[in-house]
Amino acid sequence: MSVATGAYGVSFGALAVTAGLDVWQTCVLSLVMFTGGSQFAFIGVIASGGLAAAPSAIASAALLGVRNVAYAVRMNPVVGLSWRHRLAAAQFTIDESTAVALAHTDLRARRIGFWVTGLGTYLIWNVATLGGALLGDVLGDVRAYGLDAAAAAAFLALLWPRLRSRQAVAAGTAAAVAAASLTPWLVPGMPVLIAALVAILIGSFNWHSARGEEPQ
Amino acid sequence: MTMWTAILLAAVVCVASKLIGYLVPTVRLERGRSARVIDLLTVAFLGALVAVQTVGSGMAVTIDARLPALMVAGTLLWLRASFVIVVIGAATVAALLRLLGWSA
Repeated sequence: MSVATGAYGVSFGALAVTAGLDVWQTCVLSLVMFTGGSQFAFIGVIASGGLAAAPSAIASAALLGVRNVAYAVRMNPVVGLSWRHRLAAAQFTIDESTAVALAHTDLRARRIGFWVTGLGTYLIWNVATLGGALLGDVLGDVRAYGLDAAAAAAFLALLWPRLRSRQAVAAGTAAAVAAASLTPWLVPGMPVLIAALVAILIGSFNWHSARGEEPQ
Repeated sequence: MTMWTAILLAAVVCVASKLIGYLVPTVRLERGRSARVIDLLTVAFLGALVAVQTVGSGMAVTIDARLPALMVAGTLLWLRASFVIVVIGAATVAALLRLLGWSA
């Protein structure tokens, strides 16, 4: 898991610089925002439309950050009893730490799993981000090295393991088609934000759910 | 809005959403419709980002070296290659095509 985190972090750093952020701005995203999905979405939207797309970039990051609310609710009884523990835990409440904690059944093991994974990921993610940002800065000419294509490939690689259900495939495809076809008609950034609408529509009406799965 | 304002605003919103779950543990996003929408949000955003990053150039749709590079990335993923190989593979294909002078 730590090797994968390092690879994602280096890619994030390099792609953020490619998108037009400086090394400091890239590092602040990893240090403060610290939630991979939101960070990738933020720089992806900025890459497509620059500073003019900033409102869409903020909205995309915020929408993808909503899942951390659900994680925090589940981790609330796990991280420790005092308020100090909970406040400290908030920043480390992400996909990885929640997944590792929930993989254990015993409370003590869950707590250790959460903290070790959360802190470990934070450390690796930030060191890798800095490395990637410096690398992207050195490379300079983005297109000659195919870094714009690398960004597309990175998003596809992040998407791939999530395409397990028919509903996920439908949502991913519909959002991609909608974003590409709306690109000439909307200000940069907005086509990506349409993805939220696609997710809300498919999720709310439970379209393309697996056969036999009861809509809740 | 400057880039710094945008970055700090987005970061604060994301940190706040982590805190909300601890401060208001009665928030329930775990089951049913809202959980399904939250799950699909990630997939939909990534799908849209793949599309915009592959064929978008500002407000125009352009087919260039990025498209064959993405197809190579898809093939590598299908062959269960690791993240690093997929990203480097796509970058190499795009860089080589451009070096050979193929469509920008």
